[in-house]
Amino acid sequence: MQKSIEEINTRIRDGSAVVITAEEMPDIVSELGEEGALQKVDVVTTGTFGAMCSSGAFLNFGHSDPPIRMERVWLNDVEAYAGIAAVDAYIGATQESTTESLRYGGAHVIEDLVSGRQIEVRAISKGTDCYPRRTITTELLLDDLNQAVMVNPRNAYQRYNAAINRSERVLETYMGTLLPQSGNISYSGAGLLSPLLNDPNLSLIGSGVPIFLGGGTGVIVGEGTQSSPKTGFANLMVSGNLKNMSPDYLRAASFTGYGVSLYVGLGVALPVLNLDVVRNCAVRDEDIMVGIIDYGTPRRDRPVLRQVSYAELKSGSVLIDSEEIRTSSISSFSHARQVALELKKEVEEGRFTVALPTVSIDREKVNRPMRETRQTPRVQEIMNPHVVTITEDESVKTAARKLLKGETNHLPVIDADQKLVGIITTYDVSKSVLRDGNSLKVSEIMSKKVVVVAPDEPVDVAAQRLDQHNISALPVIDANYHVIGILNAVDLGKLISKKGWHS
Amino acid sequence: MKLFLTIQREVVKKPLISQVILETGVMINVERAHIDSNEGWVLIDIPENERERIIERFSELGVEVKQLENAVIHDDHECVECGACISICPQEVFFFDPGYHLQIEEDRCILCGRCVPSCPHQALSIRQ
Ligand code: SF4
Ligand code: SF4
Repeated sequence: MQKSIEEINTRIRDGSAVVITAEEMPDIVSELGEEGALQKVDVVTTGTFGAMCSSGAFLNFGHSDPPIRMERVWLNDVEAYAGIAAVDAYIGATQESTTESLRYGGAHVIEDLVSGRQIEVRAISKGTDCYPRRTITTELLLDDLNQAVMVNPRNAYQRYNAAINRSERVLETYMGTLLPQSGNISYSGAGLLSPLLNDPNLSLIGSGVPIFLGGGTGVIVGEGTQSSPKTGFANLMVSGNLKNMSPDYLRAASFTGYGVSLYVGLGVALPVLNLDVVRNCAVRDEDIMVGIIDYGTPRRDRPVLRQVSYAELKSGSVLIDSEEIRTSSISSFSHARQVALELKKEVEEGRFTVALPTVSIDREKVNRPMRETRQTPRVQEIMNPHVVTITEDESVKTAARKLLKGETNHLPVIDADQKLVGIITTYDVSKSVLRDGNSLKVSEIMSKKVVVVAPDEPVDVAAQRLDQHNISALPVIDANYHVIGILNAVDLGKLISKKGWHS
Repeated sequence: MKLFLTIQREVVKKPLISQVILETGVMINVERAHIDSNEGWVLIDIPENERERIIERFSELGVEVKQLENAVIHDDHECVECGACISICPQEVFFFDPGYHLQIEEDRCILCGRCVPSCPHQALSIRQ
């Protein structure tokens, strides 16, 4: 059995369509079988509600008298991108206020507009013959704008990796607060309600398909930036009229130590045309797997600790090496459910019909990392390979001698197998003089917790590590924990000034 | 139940808590404390039925006692029920009910303050 889109839309219009949310579908399929579900269900609604940084809106302000070509524009002190035309600007959700930094940003401007609050528009220009005016300040409401078109380059991620932090310090990320030493796990995404997880082959989701966006009706433009359907991480570029949206489904957020983002409610109504659609919409949280990624590693390719299902993430804790780690979400499942239910109501009441894509999205596409023609320098390029070391059972006196001779303030300590076991500094040695200086051994005064760096790590990472631990040198170790060099803050400083970098 | 003690300069150096424990025989659990040479505050947990006795004794010793109520202030309007506060709270004050609505058991709060900056929607604050 097959159903056509016209058939389903006719039923929507006459009020007889059977609409359910993606959350209800697995049980219906278990109960009625796939054929039965196909016969019974006409539309499945999906929903998601989470931080979607890549969001924003094009605004047209209309012309002032005398007219101005707005070259730079600030909305409530948040700069909008104005390199478009005379009186247009794009306000990006993550742009931060020039005066309030991350407490207020583009997302807040959007929320304020949608909530009916007045915003201050400020613009400057150098003035031209056709646009003589040089500055303008005015207050505007959303209604005063000619157009306010939300265009979100990257929304509704199919799924999202979960985050953990195995480092020693608290990390403030776009995944929220990550406690040190695997203190918690943060995840995002609506799991079985996620639009793209209910249509992983992109047979129903593509350009031109109407969607629920921010409380109004929007449309899918096409693939989102960085979309990667082949690897299960597709996303969408979407658009809609800001004037029809509601602050219930567009909410500004500030992540401490990270920045501003916009929580967007987005839902897609999927027409149940054939058995493939039934099967895909029957997806359960148990079936959806993501990696738990260590954000403690500040690199693009971060270690994956294990694969985990959304069911396990939602249960409140996850086992890692037989330890229970508490989980929590950064997106809202209750609100995602509300999006799916709201969309269901609109379809049931005949206000929202379904459509097939006018242009399909390439489901084979894979996201690529950046091609870097100038690699950032690695630690091995600037480390000092002539590192002086000391063994644990040598005396502090010997250490003092080495420190004096070696023109260094840091002595890595090695054991009989040449492995790094500690570090002592000039300061440690001076301090020990106050104790029984003469008879002390290196092992008695060394710090056992050594912060190290690998030779192939980028120097930016090394610089950040020195900063975070408030230290001035890092032993460079190979895979066997043998010391192969030392990296000094001073050397790093030289490199950074030479390259004209800012760390 | 939790009591919030504010200890004034005059008595801050005295072993007030030990004294009250010895005199009343009530087990007092110190959950958080901040004391410097001038003044301090202490958050204690005591059995509910000893409330009157403990408050009376501390008051006699010159300590201001307040019962800790509504320690966590939660702005319903700002909250989107993301749950980001759940896993970072050491006391498991926050949790979801079966409908994924945020529930708060404030009695468990020890005023550590960690949840406040962790909420992306600035929906939480702590009564001090
Ligand atoms: S982190 Fe904030 S917004 Fe999220 S559930 Fe907790 S109080 Fe609500
Ligand atoms: S202050 Fe600390 S203990 Fe209290 S709710 Fe917040 S995180 Fe939990």
